[in-house]
Amino acid sequence: MSDPATLAGTGRRARTRRWMASWRNRDTRAAYLFILPWLVGFALLTAGPMIASFVLSFTNYDGIGPTKNVGFDNYRQLFDDPSVATSMMNTLVFTALRVPLSMALALALAMLLLRVTRGSGFFRTVFYLPVMTPSVAVGILFLLLFNGNVGVINRALEFVGITGPSWTTDGSWVKPGLVLTTLWALGGTVVIYLAALKNVPQELYEASELDGAGRWTSFVNVTLPQISGALFFTLIVNTIASLQTFTEAYTAFYGTANTQTYSSDAALFYVVYLFQQAFQFMHMGYASALSWLLFLVILVITLVQARLSKRFVYYEGEAR
Amino acid sequence: MSRTVAERDTVAASRRTSGPIARTLRLLALLGATVIFVYPFFWLISASLKPSESVFDNSLLPSDWQFENYREIWTAVPLGTWVLNSVTVTLAAAVAVTISSALVAFGFAYFRFPGRNLLFGLVIATMMLPAVVLMVPQYLVWNSLHLASSQVPLWAPNLFGSAFYIFLLRQFFLGLPRELFDAARIDGANYWTMFYRIAVPLCRPALVVTFVFEVQAAWTDLIRPLIYLRDPDLFTVPRGLKAVLDQFGEGGELRWEIVCAASVVVTVPMIVVFLICQRQFTSGIATTGRKG
Repeated sequence: MSDPATLAGTGRRARTRRWMASWRNRDTRAAYLFILPWLVGFALLTAGPMIASFVLSFTNYDGIGPTKNVGFDNYRQLFDDPSVATSMMNTLVFTALRVPLSMALALALAMLLLRVTRGSGFFRTVFYLPVMTPSVAVGILFLLLFNGNVGVINRALEFVGITGPSWTTDGSWVKPGLVLTTLWALGGTVVIYLAALKNVPQELYEASELDGAGRWTSFVNVTLPQISGALFFTLIVNTIASLQTFTEAYTAFYGTANTQTYSSDAALFYVVYLFQQAFQFMHMGYASALSWLLFLVILVITLVQARLSKRFVYYEGEAR
Repeated sequence: MSRTVAERDTVAASRRTSGPIARTLRLLALLGATVIFVYPFFWLISASLKPSESVFDNSLLPSDWQFENYREIWTAVPLGTWVLNSVTVTLAAAVAVTISSALVAFGFAYFRFPGRNLLFGLVIATMMLPAVVLMVPQYLVWNSLHLASSQVPLWAPNLFGSAFYIFLLRQFFLGLPRELFDAARIDGANYWTMFYRIAVPLCRPALVVTFVFEVQAAWTDLIRPLIYLRDPDLFTVPRGLKAVLDQFGEGGELRWEIVCAASVVVTVPMIVVFLICQRQFTSGIATTGRKG
């Protein structure tokens, strides 16, 4: 009689024996030597810290005082602390505005660039320059160009007869202003779309033209499905990046060394709040709980997007 | 006839749809976009050369060229030290990550060894992990090593490779024909020789992509300098720029021309790097999809 338990036992033992034997293999030892840096780094700077952060999220650790176990207090506080709700809402609204807008604009620019035969290198360079600009400088440009009274944006609006809002101080205009500012740096997405558009087989357009499809129909039925892989990729990457927005907002709204306050509730992004809790107030335990909440939110959003993409993303055989 | 299929198709596409009116409209749209993308740079540079009271006068040419602004920022804050700090940290970060990621990537690409798929799965998983989650616990690691107020945490993590670059370089190493290595092995080459004499030279473009991407990431980073650098003499330029903004901007002396001058100093090196390594950036992004 073959008992499944003993079978599994021998199976495991055989596997262990093969594993042990493989260590006598020169290749295996060399391979582990090559990947050793990553193994060490993973243990010290990723896995270890993640465990530590999980443990800390159940304590009141502040770096100085005695540390004690507070159970689920930090997690309960997430729901009682109004700044958590505010900053999470701000972050989600910002992301929901920025990501679709940047994808649509980047696609429009990429399609324009695709049709240009001469000088496309020049335009590509120009579109990419803002991506190279350090985010601190972008935050400063936001303060200067979007200034409600003297900023050039409102001057331009005035010129066409519109009274511009106080972008940098009016709570309801701060996020749209920051969205517009960060849209400036969408050149990376343009480059990705351009590469994807160049890979769309020309025959498909010819075929759809023969079928009597117009421009728009071809765009919806040929272009979009053919570049859906790139669209999906940028959707995920841009979403994750937007949810972690920090530098531009922190630069523009965090007070000076003397006034350690954040000057706009409407621009209090989640990571900014997390940063303040951790490194300004040294509430490391609470900040750990905040990190795990963000992790969870990002995970859920990414999984939902991945699930949706299964319905919309078109993969051609195994080619991609 | 060296055009690739893609290029031929592009040309065909442009021929197919281009009436003169359409072409003009397209060009106008692109020029409009160009103005939007470039204008802030010109605005910033010209503001940095204006006297304080005319920073917001919206003329692109200063009526009165004040090159002293740059001399003033250079003496008001230790800008030279900051630039030097940034150069050191950036080079250390980029060199470290390129070498370590290449080693690890070669390990994953060339060898078949027990545990490989599991470990490479972990590499991919860390690529998905939001950096912010590790911010607090990594600080505690450096703190326990008494390095939490130094520049070490800005570059030392790169000694252990970075998931994204490992992934990128592994793709390139996998593309090398295995016969090359088999032949070298028959000739008595050891693993190190195969890595250093065959894999590295053949994948130089990918290594350059890794290097320039990391140069940009390290030069522009603000959040880690905010966490780790307390002593102004250790500041990198983005951290220094935030300090300049605090001192000369809103709530400070309201001398925006000084803030603008400092912003130019922070930005220009990246623009220069980009203009030199453009091809690497765009090809790297197109193949790896980094940076939305």
